[in-house]
This record gives sequence, structure tokens and C-alpha cells, in this order.
Amino acid sequence: MAMISGENHGLRLAVRYAVLGLIAVIFIFPLVFMVVSSLKPDQQLLLDTKSLRAFLPVGDISLDNYVAAFQRAPVGLFIFNSVLVTGATVLLSLLVCSLAGFAFVFINWTGRELVLGIILATLIVPFETIAIPLLLLMSKLPWLGLDGLTWGWLNSYRVQIVPLVADGLTIFLFVQYFKDLPGELIEAARVEGATWWQIYRRVVMPLSGPILATAAILKFLIMYNQYLWPLMVVQDESYRPVMVGLQYFFQLNRAWGEIMAYLSLITVPVLGFYLVLQRAFIASIASTGVKG
Amino acid sequence: MARISLKDVRKSYGSTDVIRGVDIEIEDGEFAVFVGPSGCGKSTLLRMVAGLEDITSGTLSIGDRVVNDLPPKDRKVAMVFQSYAIFPHMTVRENVAFGLTIAGASKAEKDAKVAEAARILQMEPLLDRRPSQLSGGQRQRVAIGRAIVRKPEVFLFDEPLSNLDAALRMDMRMEISKLHKQLGTTMIYVTHDQVEAMTLADKIVVLKGGEVQQIGAPMELYHHPVNAFVAGFLGSPSMNFLDVEVVEANGDAVTVRNGALDPVTVSRASGDYVAGGRALLGIRPQYLVPAADEAASALHGTVGLAERLGTETIVDVALKDGKSLIAALSQDAILEMGAPIGFTFDPAKCHLFAARSA
Ligand SMILES: Nc1ncnc2c1ncn2[C@@H]1O[C@H](COP(=O)(O)OP(=O)(O)O)[C@@H](O)[C@H]1O
Ligand SMILES: [Mg+2]
Repeated sequence: MAMISGENHGLRLAVRYAVLGLIAVIFIFPLVFMVVSSLKPDQQLLLDTKSLRAFLPVGDISLDNYVAAFQRAPVGLFIFNSVLVTGATVLLSLLVCSLAGFAFVFINWTGRELVLGIILATLIVPFETIAIPLLLLMSKLPWLGLDGLTWGWLNSYRVQIVPLVADGLTIFLFVQYFKDLPGELIEAARVEGATWWQIYRRVVMPLSGPILATAAILKFLIMYNQYLWPLMVVQDESYRPVMVGLQYFFQLNRAWGEIMAYLSLITVPVLGFYLVLQRAFIASIASTGVKG
Repeated sequence: MARISLKDVRKSYGSTDVIRGVDIEIEDGEFAVFVGPSGCGKSTLLRMVAGLEDITSGTLSIGDRVVNDLPPKDRKVAMVFQSYAIFPHMTVRENVAFGLTIAGASKAEKDAKVAEAARILQMEPLLDRRPSQLSGGQRQRVAIGRAIVRKPEVFLFDEPLSNLDAALRMDMRMEISKLHKQLGTTMIYVTHDQVEAMTLADKIVVLKGGEVQQIGAPMELYHHPVNAFVAGFLGSPSMNFLDVEVVEANGDAVTVRNGALDPVTVSRASGDYVAGGRALLGIRPQYLVPAADEAASALHGTVGLAERLGTETIVDVALKDGKSLIAALSQDAILEMGAPIGFTFDPAKCHLFAARSA
């Protein structure tokens, strides 16, 4: 009996791994294609797509496409801009949205249901519908910078960051998570003399590792993939993010190899972000003991 | 240390009145227990004292300050919750020191005070553990440690023992009692368990439906309950209540009877009784004495289930009029189911209450 159930178990495991492997392959192949193609001259790249050679680094392999990509566009600057804008927005968003969620769940104030309802209602408003009014608003906002008071936020980092920091979805995620935290923990902290800020800092945030990681991933993906908004508000190349930078490669004399090289380059920060966050995610679950 | 006073305190959630005008005075250093059935508003009342719930109307003072509008952190109270509410991401030491950390105490001060609390609660070996590595009883100690370390003026306990098993509950009950004697701080303790109330309290407040039924020392409430609810709530097994007919009311002496009960004259504590009316006669199971001779007894029935506990025998008696009651006989007794049994009792130990409203 034991033998049979053991074999059974082994078989089930094998099937599970096979399915997982297949899914992994489906996800990975486009990436492999991208990286492999970035190493090939255009003619070979197009020919290879007719066979499995498309996924193999064979034939005339070189880094020429990367060199050409850097010549065609300030790739490093675009990546820097995107990482800066995305990083700043993610951090600010975690702060602002978690504070908002905290206020909605733990603090009793008149009108909180109504305000939360309005914020949640914004979830069904597509960004495109508010893009133009938002653009007009941004073009008129004041800014006190190194060269004194100026008007209009267009062509800057802040115009890509500030309007996108707070969003209904992230606030909603925090609200849901906070509602599930044991309320007596917060009450105990209040009786112990903690201020709201101390409760946020010392009790709620240390227990929020999983939701911080989740919200950060979502926000990162949304921000790193920004296209429409920066296209509208940034004409100056020096503030341009990676997705808008892709345009450079679809103009005259389109070169697929260079496009693949550019895409490979702008994927690197995403992978880096994932690795860092995954480790933080696991560490936070292990240390808070929220699970188990 | 401080006395606590509640004057006509009320609490409503929308149109639901949860606390309906409560007046309670708790002296400095007193151990007060709020007791009552589940849902009677004990926790709500305690949370109002803590500042975790708003007071709809009335006046709440701690010491000589009216604290109605003070946030919890300014009330100098400490609270132990039913779920313990210790912080899962902190060690025991950090948990106990939490209030001191919040107040910006120095490391030396924290270490000294945590060490003292740990000594009092005998939990020195636990200080560097995480809550997930503690048993229920140990978590309870941590919660109490966190409360005593700040030297608050008032301790609040909300059913702190209800998640523990029976043996541990008794240990902790005694420890809490010891702690009160040691610290001498005013304490309010909420429970639905009358044994905890009777054993711990200097003063018991019996609550029902958001109203105070009676306030007094445990034995005062036990011997002189003002109504059938208090009489039935305190004491184990619960007091028996017989529906009786008033035969004669003569000054304070009231004679009552029913189908199973021969006429008996008891003295009234309160209330109006007229001949021919109805009343409720309360007799504690312990005060029923089995009569050697059935004919000589005042209360007649037959033996139902009997539980022999060794020191005591609890008998369920089917009365002649179809009702039943519980008797607690003070020694081990072998009783045959269905056999006739009769009881006598001291009328002075009976309580007469107004009849249950139909
Ligand atoms: N937030 C609330 N909204 C409405 N009713 C409530 C709320 N909190 C408690 N209650 C009601 O108040 C009553 C008293 O509750 P509680 O003080 O918790 O009782 P106890 O602690 O004595 O069991 C209960 O009937 C409960 O349903
Ligand atoms: Mg309760």
C-alpha cells in the first residue's frame, strides 16, 4: 500500500511540475526571444522567426544592436528617469495611501464613509477621461524652486510623480488589509498612550509587510509602464521615461534588433525590483508571524 | 491611584440604547467587578472608562477629573483585553516596555521596570521570546505585565481569563487577586462568570440590559439580592424560584404556598404582596434539607437525576406540581431515581420577589 501511495504521490508531483514547467516556459519564451533577438542583425532575426532558431543565440551574434540603441537614444537617461519617477511614486504612494487607509479604518471621524465611498468610486473612472483636465491643471500650478516662483509643472519629474501618488486602488488595498488586523491591538496601543502617528509607525506598519509589498509591486508595474501621461506632459527629452523613449525606435529606418536591445535594457530594473521585493516580502512574513 | 465615578452614564448606537443610565462609584484601591450575562453592556462600559468608546451622555470621572472627552492616552488607565492584544512583531520585553517606549523612557529605566514586572509575574525566562512562542497563560502574563509596568491609576480587565482552561483560570484568578493586594491600585474587572465575581471583588456591580441591578460586596449581594435576577445570577447552582400564591400578608410576614409547597411564612424584604396574589419564592439549593420523614417536610417531590460530586450531591427534583428544582445536599448520598423525597428549609433563608410578569 505504502509503495503504491508513494508512487501515486510521485506521479502527482511529476504532473504538477510538468504543468508548472509548461506555464513557466510560456511566460519565459517571449523574454528569451527578446534577449536572443537583441543579439542578432535584423536580416537574420527576421529569417529566424520562421523556426525554433528564434529562441537560440546562434548565427551572427554580437552586441551591435546595443551600441546602436545607445547611439539612437539616450537610453541610460530614460532608464534613470523611469527609475527615479517610479521609485519616488511607489515610496510616496505607500506612505500616502497607507496613511489614508489608516485614517479610514482606525480613526473615527464624521464623513469617513462618504469620503471613502468617493475615493472608491474613482476606481471606475478611466485615467483617459481625466487626463486633459489634469493636464490643464498641471500647466497652471505654481512651484517654488531654485529660480523662484514659477508657474506650470509641465516638463518636470514632479508632474509625472505627484498626480499619480494617491490612487483609489492602493487605498482600497490598505483599507481591506487594515480591517483584518485585530482591532484590539490598536486599542491596546491607544490605552498604552500611543499617538495615532506612533500607532501607525510602531504597530500598524510593522504588521503590514505583505500589503506594502503587494501595493509596491502593483504601483511599480503601473508606473514603470506609464506612457500616455508622460507623453502628454513631458516634451523635454531630459525628463522622458522609458516607455515614451520607445518611440525613437519606431521612427524612420525601424530596426527590430535595436528595439529588442532597448526592451532588454529596460527590463533589467523590473527584474531587479522583483528580486529585492521578493526577499523583503518573505522576510516580513517570517518576522511578523502574521501567517501561522 | 484614583476613585472612579459614573453619573447617569449612557451609550447609544444610533437608536439602540446599550447603556441606559448607570451610576457607579468605585473607591480608590477598590477591586470592582462588573458582572452580567453576555451582551449586557459590560465591555461597553469598561471601554467607556478606557476612552475607547464615546460617552453619549452622563459624567465619568477618574480621580477628580471629568474625563468624558479625554483620549485614552491621557486617562492613566491600563487595560488587559480578552484577546490579550500583545503585539506579534515584538518580543515579550518590547511588549511589556511598549508604554514606556512610547513615553520616551530611557533604556535603563525601561530595563529596570520591565525586570520588576517580570519578577512580579514570574516571567523572566520569557522576556526574549516572541508571542507566537507563548502559551495562552503566558500571553496573559505579558498583557498584565504591559499593564502594570506603567504604574497606571486604574487597571481595566475585560474577561481576561475566558480564553484559558479551567485549571489555569483558577491559578490566574488567584494571581490577579494577589496582584491587587500587592499593588493596591483601583481595578475594574469585567466577567460573565459569577465565581470570578464572587472571589475577586470588593464590590460587585450586577448589570443586565445596560442597567445596574445591584451594587455591593459579594456576600451582601449573595444574602440580600434586591431582585430575582441578582439572586439567580450569583451562587452555584442557581437559586430555585417557586411560583407561589400569597395566602396571607401580615405586615412584613407573608405566607405563601403552592401545589408542592405547604404554607410557609417568610419575611418580606421589599415589594407589595396581597392575599390571593402571586409571588416568587427563592431558595438556594444549599438550604434545602432532605426530611427524614416525608410527611414532616414542607416541599414534596420525587428524585430525578443525581450528580454525586463526593463532597456534595446535586439532585434534580420533580415537584408535585410538575415544576422542578435543584437541591445541593451537603454529603454524598445515594438516591434512587423516582423515589419520593421531601425537604424542609429555614424560612429566614428564603427570598420573596415579585411574581414574574406574564
Ligand atoms: N458598535 C456597536 N454597534 C451596535 N451595537 C453594539 C456595538 N457594540 C456593542 N453593541 C451592542 O451592545 C451590547 C453590549 O455589548 P457588550 O458591551 O460587548 O456586551 P458584554 O461585554 O456585556 O457581552 C450588545 O447587545 C451589543 O450587540
Ligand atoms: Mg464583553
